[in-house]
Amino acid sequence: MKLRRSMLFLPGANAAMLSTAFVFKPDSIMFDLEDAVSLREKDAARLLVFHALQNPVYQDLETVVRINPLNTPFGLADLEAVVRAGVDIVRLPKTDSAADVHELETEVERIERACGRQLGSTKLMAAIESASGVVNALSIAMSSKRMIGIALAGFDYVMDMQTERGDGTELFYARCAVLHAARVAGIDAFDVVYSDVNDEEGFLKEVELIKKLGFNGKSLINPRQIELLHNAYAPTEEDVDYARRVVAAAEKAERDGLGVIALNGKMIDAPIVNHAKRVLQKAQASGVRK
Amino acid sequence: MKIVKEALAGTLESSDLLVKVMPLPADRVEVVIKSEVMHQFGEQIRKVVSQTLQQLGLLSGQIVIEDKGALDCAIRARVQAAILRGASVEQLDWSKLS
Repeated sequence: MKLRRSMLFLPGANAAMLSTAFVFKPDSIMFDLEDAVSLREKDAARLLVFHALQNPVYQDLETVVRINPLNTPFGLADLEAVVRAGVDIVRLPKTDSAADVHELETEVERIERACGRQLGSTKLMAAIESASGVVNALSIAMSSKRMIGIALAGFDYVMDMQTERGDGTELFYARCAVLHAARVAGIDAFDVVYSDVNDEEGFLKEVELIKKLGFNGKSLINPRQIELLHNAYAPTEEDVDYARRVVAAAEKAERDGLGVIALNGKMIDAPIVNHAKRVLQKAQASGVRK
Repeated sequence: MKIVKEALAGTLESSDLLVKVMPLPADRVEVVIKSEVMHQFGEQIRKVVSQTLQQLGLLSGQIVIEDKGALDCAIRARVQAAILRGASVEQLDWSKLS
């Protein structure tokens, strides 16, 4: 299981950040060629990201690139560069329907054939930033075998809904819709960025909410948020202890050829065993909660 | 490929470099490199710049580089961006830029 708790945004035009961000070890690192790059730097940012993706320091990290929409003069050139450079995942912004993903997939496949990259090796994720995207979340999530996740992007979404960011009430339906779509499709779900990097308390409150809802993780804009997020997502010692006992009981039942697993006299079924395994994987990745 | 107009790419921020390209009246390439880390990495920087110019097939132009301790990948990217801007190239052959 690949953990995707933290997806760190990096402006694609910033050479210094691209040269150092790997040290922060987010679960995924996302080079941004879209909103974080001015129009006159699009060409230079594309080249920077093209070469950064091929730098050995990024070979052990999952790499994501947010390209410009395909209906802009930059989207297709971004895609040519990043698929050829070996990006793990292409993030499509402003995804309103499954047709947007199909268009992207067609181009990705063409580029993979042209450059000799293994067909299907470029994964996709969609950012949902509008009412249309939220309403179509399920068909977007199920639009391609390449999809690994969908992300809610809060700023554009609240603008489209004629509201503004507040205590989270404004995102309630969208969060639930995106999350349910991801779970039905069997892919990951990512929550919005928390833009006030100095408000740790507010950030952690939002993390607690999205963790309880069931999100895999969150898009981040500052490396300082990584450790806070990972710690909040880390299981407690009690969680780990219980998970170990569940997994041990499941292994013993398998060794003994028993179809029914019991722990302390209570029956345990497969979803509980799977959950326990995820808890242990999270503990291995980030330790127990401090 | 020839530089047909002045162009810039990059910045003078730490871990970046600024590349300025200018046309030359004759078919020759002039390269000037200044770097804060020339003493330790000068040879490597020259090697990366030389490889990048060869890949692009640059025939004419002056390249002035002011390096602030950039990684090889940033040097390649900034040199390519400045030259492609200065040569007014818009359609790229990505297979020749790795």
